[in-house]
Amino acid sequence: MTKRKMYFRMITASLMRRRSRMLVALLAIAIGATILSGLVTIYYDVPRQMGAQFRNYGANMILTAADGSFTKEDMDAGLAIVASADLVGATPFRYETVRIHEQPIMAAGTDMEAVKKTSPYWLIEGEWPAGSGEILVGENVAENLNLKIGSTVTLSFTPEADEGAGASENAGADDEVVLDNMIDFVVKGTLNTGGSEEDYVYIPMADLEELTGIAEEIDLAEVSISTSGDGLNAYMERINTQVPAVHARLVKRVTASETTVLSKLQALVLLVTVVVLALTMICVATTMTAVVTERRREIGLRKAIGASDASIIQEFMGEGMLLGGVGGILGSGLGFAFAQFVSVNVFSSTITLRPVLVPVTIIVSIVITGVACLLPIKSATKVDPALVLKGE
Amino acid sequence: MSLLELKNVYKIYGDLHALDDVNLKVEKGEWLAIMGPSGSGKSTMMNIIGCMDKPSKGEVLLDGVNIAAESAKNLTNIRRDKIGLIFQQFHLVNYLTAVENVMLAQYYHSIPDEKEALEALERVGLADRAKHLPSQLSGGEQQRVCVARALINHPEIILADEPTGNLDDANEEIVVELFRKLHEEGTTLIVVTHDPEVAETAQRMVVLRNGKISKETVNENFTGHIRFH
Ligand SMILES: Nc1ncnc2c1ncn2[C@@H]1O[C@H](COP(=O)(O)OP(=O)(O)O)[C@@H](O)[C@H]1O
Ligand SMILES: [Mg+2]
Repeated sequence: MTKRKMYFRMITASLMRRRSRMLVALLAIAIGATILSGLVTIYYDVPRQMGAQFRNYGANMILTAADGSFTKEDMDAGLAIVASADLVGATPFRYETVRIHEQPIMAAGTDMEAVKKTSPYWLIEGEWPAGSGEILVGENVAENLNLKIGSTVTLSFTPEADEGAGASENAGADDEVVLDNMIDFVVKGTLNTGGSEEDYVYIPMADLEELTGIAEEIDLAEVSISTSGDGLNAYMERINTQVPAVHARLVKRVTASETTVLSKLQALVLLVTVVVLALTMICVATTMTAVVTERRREIGLRKAIGASDASIIQEFMGEGMLLGGVGGILGSGLGFAFAQFVSVNVFSSTITLRPVLVPVTIIVSIVITGVACLLPIKSATKVDPALVLKGE
Repeated sequence: MSLLELKNVYKIYGDLHALDDVNLKVEKGEWLAIMGPSGSGKSTMMNIIGCMDKPSKGEVLLDGVNIAAESAKNLTNIRRDKIGLIFQQFHLVNYLTAVENVMLAQYYHSIPDEKEALEALERVGLADRAKHLPSQLSGGEQQRVCVARALINHPEIILADEPTGNLDDANEEIVVELFRKLHEEGTTLIVVTHDPEVAETAQRMVVLRNGKISKETVNENFTGHIRFH
């Protein structure tokens, strides 16, 4: 048998046959490693997770026409630049002044399904419009005009749209040469946002195009992208240079707060990780000190039968590092489960395993355990064989 | 030249002279017994000869080397190479099996050899207990494992500090019989005992009292076999 084989036989025997004490140290290391790999997983996943969360607060990029107007085609060209995995949603809007009960009202043509993605915070009473001839009415409009869910309203539009609401009122009084376009809509729901959206009515884009007789034009697009900071800036710049018809800008209020919250959250996760690792080290060092005290007789005996200080250090270090390795293996597995648990419960989404974290966790556990063992092991070499064997 | 020579050796704790001007020569192959009341300095002397402690004053020549002047590191090497230790308490590593405990001495000395370790256990009559943990062995069996461990590296001197102090007659006889065989093979034996029957098996006996050698007798009818009175 080689010396190395005997060495491993000894340190594994020590761990396997004197379980109770080592179990405490193993538990400490495994918990430390679990928190480490769990939090690091979360650390790297937080931007994605939080990005998805932040997208609940609406779009973080707005596309408008570089000059005059732009089309759905221009918008799609801009969106093609954004990686499909990052694109949460994009909604075109076109605004026109229409009349309901002879009152001028702002009507927006849009894509209802896309709105659900870019403005998840919209609160609908009733239902979303699902097709042509259905209308979503802002709360204020509904109140002022006394529109009930299920009732029918008629939207009228005077073709010279550029003259505005005042002009059409005058037109109504002076002459009736220009005939209004009119479409009937069923009120499907009312909209509550706490913002200016409550003063608008929303109809499908195709209906607005039919009502106005003008197709293909849009005024702005709200875009929701699950990236923040530099990534988002890069997208903005590329859209602006590659699609000249479109002017992209960021919704500063959303993106700035997102970046700060993210960096604070990551700093917090990092801090907790460092604290937990420090606690693990303290726990391992304490346990190892107790182990060395408990095994003074054995250390004295080993020295008496010829162990040098170096062998004593080697043996205890070996036991410590083996514990660190086993704890690291346990921890990298449990850590993923822990991160998954946190992710599902806090962010309600799953995360993917980062394979590189497994060896990293194991190595960090071994190093941390090794460092924690240094002082206790140094005290082990101080044991005097003569005193121990005199039968203390 | 004697294998071991103590010259004016003192061990002083505060104002207690645990060893007080001890002079002693032990020849190669000799079997020496040391007797004396409790606290007379027997273990102190064994620790010094065993390179686990240093005298306060005096010289201890082992194979011509003054071990009183050696560094702790050299003492470890000398102990490992030349000395086999047996204690009153059966000091075994409690999580290693009998054969692993024997191999431990080989491990620190040179290279572990399970076959040789098993042969040593066979010599002390424990071939069938090789895979047992110390807790699964009787006191006598544990002490025999200690003997096997002490002899595995073929030391020049075996130091035994009250090796039979905790043993019944049957096991005492087995251990003494092992000493006799080692003696026949030429191993130098120094055995501390408070038991006259064990002391009488040796070739020579010295008595320590208050750290001084008070009496020295040579066993005229030495056989190496224990005779119970
Ligand atoms: N480390 C020590 N410090 C102080 N006194 C000691 C120490 N070791 C031994 N002694 C004392 O030295 C004397 C001899 O002890 P020891 O050699 O163990 O005796 P023995 O083995 O003959 O019973 C005792 O009085 C003991 O109390
Ligand atoms: Mg004693």
